[in-house]
Amino acid sequence: MKKHAKNGNVAIIGIGQTSFSSHKEDQNQVEMVQEAVINALADAGLKIGDIDCIVHGNMELFEMQFAPDLWHSLGTGAYGKDEYRITTGGTTGATLVCAADNLVASGLYGTVLAIGMEKLQEGNTTGGITNMADPLWFRNLQTGALTGTTSDGACAMIFTSEEKVKQGTKNPPVWIRDHIQVHREETIPNLFGFNKPEMTHHCAARTLFARNGIQDPVAYFDVFEMYDPSAWWAVDWLREFFLLKGDEHLRMLEAGDFDLDGRIPINPSGGVIASNPIGATAMLRPAEAALQIRGDAGGHQIKKEVRHALASGFGGTFWTVLMILEKELNWQEVNHD
Amino acid sequence: MTMQEDHKDCFVLEGKMALPNQYFAGRLGSRFLIAIRDRKKIMGLKCNQCGKTFVPPREYCEKCWTKIADNWVELGTEGELVNFTVVRYGDRHLPKKPPYILGQIRLDGADTPLVHIVEGIDPREVESGIRVKAVFAAKTTNTIMDIDHFEPV
Repeated sequence: MKKHAKNGNVAIIGIGQTSFSSHKEDQNQVEMVQEAVINALADAGLKIGDIDCIVHGNMELFEMQFAPDLWHSLGTGAYGKDEYRITTGGTTGATLVCAADNLVASGLYGTVLAIGMEKLQEGNTTGGITNMADPLWFRNLQTGALTGTTSDGACAMIFTSEEKVKQGTKNPPVWIRDHIQVHREETIPNLFGFNKPEMTHHCAARTLFARNGIQDPVAYFDVFEMYDPSAWWAVDWLREFFLLKGDEHLRMLEAGDFDLDGRIPINPSGGVIASNPIGATAMLRPAEAALQIRGDAGGHQIKKEVRHALASGFGGTFWTVLMILEKELNWQEVNHD
Repeated sequence: MTMQEDHKDCFVLEGKMALPNQYFAGRLGSRFLIAIRDRKKIMGLKCNQCGKTFVPPREYCEKCWTKIADNWVELGTEGELVNFTVVRYGDRHLPKKPPYILGQIRLDGADTPLVHIVEGIDPREVESGIRVKAVFAAKTTNTIMDIDHFEPV
């Protein structure tokens, strides 16, 4: 395993959300986006002029609106700034966080604002997902359907460098220790492989924990905000993410280990089954995990101190994003050469 | 030199996407449209801090990010054609038969232009700087087409 070290440390210093609802006729897309951006700026104690770059994400095919980042710029504040657009399905929000992490860690930008949004009520999500399959070999045979709830809403997060954190932040910074993305072409006959591929969640967790020297993830993490679009998937997925064997995950469930006062609380936010504005959904996982670390999760703050948090994103075609958030900037870089 | 591609025995799959969708005008956008529909008035939102009046409506001043959602001002229904292009191709989704003029009209009292169709002048003779006035639609649809077009004063 090669050494994993970031070029620079990156902190989450601002978090903003809208309300999430299946009825947002009172706001257009620009207004909804701006609400999240304004909330994130207020949380960070920054002004839009302090932002060096914007990363915008949604699934444009779901609303049937092309290049929404362009007219959303009134709401994102991207006018006159560098901007990137990210569209990676269900994982969009988590990919936004990964992109912002990389943009800041690289040193390209000091402070980056990422905004994930969706207005699923306006669009035809299943129609959009159906077009995910390879048109030559699979689209006639299989269709996609949205397996979760559908919501309207937006989430914005602000990321900055360690150098800028040292100059002071309004709220305690939450550090992005590491992130990983694993995906594969999800098809009936498995386009690439002669063998059954490793579950992407398992591959992501195994690789991420190994390169960060985390031997026992259940013991190490204090909370897990998991992208779980359907309630019954969570149980199987917990086995993959925590590298458990056999029915260990079921025994843990029965023992209450995943409860909010258990060994490793899962989704105190209510998770994706509570709200699913797709472009924001996977960003809400690290956003909520970061709020838990800060102690700012309000009514759903878990009781024990949260120092190490895990957050995941999920999307077609079995695309997994997994990231580790830390309260303290005190972890050891691990070299497994 | 002419390239000769060989597509003998190469199949093409025909697809057709038809995905119904909506777009919410929002509370401000709806109020803007209602003023046009019911009162034949065009309203803008003014930032007192920057002294700029925006149309179509927006919740926040784009310059200083002050919330201006409640600061409605009535604009003139006349203004200056500040820019234009001539649409010369026809398609089913287009609102008029080509050729027609698509203009940017800065209404009296506004600082930003409104995009709309300009009629009543030959596309070969139109010039930036002419005065135009709104002609409201006889049949309303709760869209920006409740202004049917602008024409020279």
